[in-house]
Amino acid sequence: MKIRAALIGSGNIGTDLLYKALRSDWIEPVWMVGIDPDSDGLAKARELGLKTTHEGVDGLVPHLAADNIQIAFDATSAYVHGENNAKLQAQGVLVIDLTPAAIGPYCVPPVNLKEHVGKQETNVNMVTCGGQATIPMVAAVSRVQTVDYAEIVATVASRSAGPGTRKNIDEFTRTTAGAVEQVGGAAKGKAIIILNPAEPPLIMRDTVHCLTADEPDQEAITDSVHRMVREVQKYVPGYRLKNGPVFDGNRVSMFLEVEGLGDYLPKYAGNLDIMTAAALRTAEMFAEEIANGTLKPAAAAS
Amino acid sequence: MDLKGRKVTLHDMCLRDGMHSKRHQISLDEMIAVATALDDAGVPLIEVTHGDGLGGASVNYGFPAHSDEEYLKAVVPRMKNARISALLLPGIGTVDELRMARDCGVSTLRVATHCTEADVSEQHIGLARKLGMDTVGFLMMAHMSEPEALVKQAKLMESYGANCIYCTDSAGYMLPDDVTARIGALRAALNPDTELGFHGHHNMAMGVANSLAAIEAGANRIDGSAAGLGAGAGNTPLDVLNAVLHRMGVETGIDVFKLSDVAEDYIVPMMDTPVRIDRDALTLGYAGVYGSFLLFAKRAEQKYGVPARDILVELGRRGTIGGQEDMIEDVALDMARGDTEQQHQMAGGSA
Repeated sequence: MKIRAALIGSGNIGTDLLYKALRSDWIEPVWMVGIDPDSDGLAKARELGLKTTHEGVDGLVPHLAADNIQIAFDATSAYVHGENNAKLQAQGVLVIDLTPAAIGPYCVPPVNLKEHVGKQETNVNMVTCGGQATIPMVAAVSRVQTVDYAEIVATVASRSAGPGTRKNIDEFTRTTAGAVEQVGGAAKGKAIIILNPAEPPLIMRDTVHCLTADEPDQEAITDSVHRMVREVQKYVPGYRLKNGPVFDGNRVSMFLEVEGLGDYLPKYAGNLDIMTAAALRTAEMFAEEIANGTLKPAAAAS
Repeated sequence: MDLKGRKVTLHDMCLRDGMHSKRHQISLDEMIAVATALDDAGVPLIEVTHGDGLGGASVNYGFPAHSDEEYLKAVVPRMKNARISALLLPGIGTVDELRMARDCGVSTLRVATHCTEADVSEQHIGLARKLGMDTVGFLMMAHMSEPEALVKQAKLMESYGANCIYCTDSAGYMLPDDVTARIGALRAALNPDTELGFHGHHNMAMGVANSLAAIEAGANRIDGSAAGLGAGAGNTPLDVLNAVLHRMGVETGIDVFKLSDVAEDYIVPMMDTPVRIDRDALTLGYAGVYGSFLLFAKRAEQKYGVPARDILVELGRRGTIGGQEDMIEDVALDMARGDTEQQHQMAGGSA
């Protein structure tokens, strides 16, 4: 039986997630929540048979129990996530946070999904699109040898960065840098984001620089990086290592490209896919736990 | 051109934009000596930060000899009349660095975005204004936007609280008519109290001519740098512009000979290589490529054997913008393989 879910936020990320969730074997998207009655995302959701509200989370809460919603994805903004999270958790709903609010522990599926099993967590944070694209590479190096410093540069097409992302740009850099350290395993992390307005839009690009404590073991790192790329490709097929790893003294650099499936925005917007696919994969892991009884969200029915 | 009686604030860039051509390795002693000499010459405003602004210290842009905080703490207390500004690019620096700069005594905060992306500056411009700082919105690579589009972005920055808006020719691409059109459109559209500024680069040797065009069209703040020390073929040479403005009867408050002494006695000896329009710098201006890519492209030429000029042209073709230094090595690797991968810059779907 699929676990029923609500999608909060009807912007680029929420709408892309909707298309992916409809294909899931474990998740059934039931509600789509927005704040703008004219939003394209809500219209798409209605067409696809979801229940919708444009009154934010307050418009959803009265229906949570009756519709047996057990998981909610929040794709709004860091500024409102705290409030959304409190309202949802009060109703016993498990929250997957796609904003950079980072209230809950970070989850980057190919690196640490399994660490979230059996923890009875009620909120997990998906870091940022740039974090999802780059932290696996940092981890691929740090699992071979000590990384003193890792830096990521995420370049996304302007058209794929909605108003939430733009208002949250400091949160993006802070949250990504934090996760580069905590999940990627670098002693110190730094994140840079660039919005490029070129037409036709550029495919999402990410560069990862790691400074290793000792001389890098080129063979072992190259092998580890290629294995990690294959892990990410399992849920984001358009994830590609374009150049590298390049070795220059203690610097190890990887140049990546992330092409999306084109579910909502066209394929250049790989930043949406890597985020929504990671969130969905995380939710599916929890759904599996709920289904087999190892995770029990507080009963929503009351 | 009659500019007689106009008052213009000249803003020196050699300790910020000049950091690019010094690979961010200016020492604290040099910072102090140059800033003090500029102050003595009467330069009213001096920018001090990593070349890529607050928080720019990175593998991507280069690690500086000292942190922004160390530079600012060394320079600010020694100024008699000059005020110190700092640059911040949202996506690289955050409000944390903004607050640090304010605490160090920085009076002017310049928030820089690509010319089409002003809405990423809301939180930074808003905070700087709230803290009582002279707050500038700095629209980079302005040659890539038509005047009407630039006005829309400028209005956003003005609405967030910027009291001055810059048209920034990061690539040194513009010709005087391009400047006149943009500054003129901004002057006509923005609040009359909002100041306008122009930041030129000298890749086509247009720094001084473009600055004059900007003043004529309504700008009253002009960036330049003593001896031109700055990215690409350098900024508008401030010592030269100052002398020209004196001849034209424009008030700058800066002593012509003292500023040319700073250029000759302090800045020229600091230069790692002469700041001049070599073939690669000319390519920046000709192809409209971000100025600070220059030294990275020259280094990629050394490492991968691909001419810097070809790399710069390819970067221009791919529509790269300020901050995308990571693309230089990536492009060089593609070109070294004989693979410019044209299919990769094409979007996978229709928009």
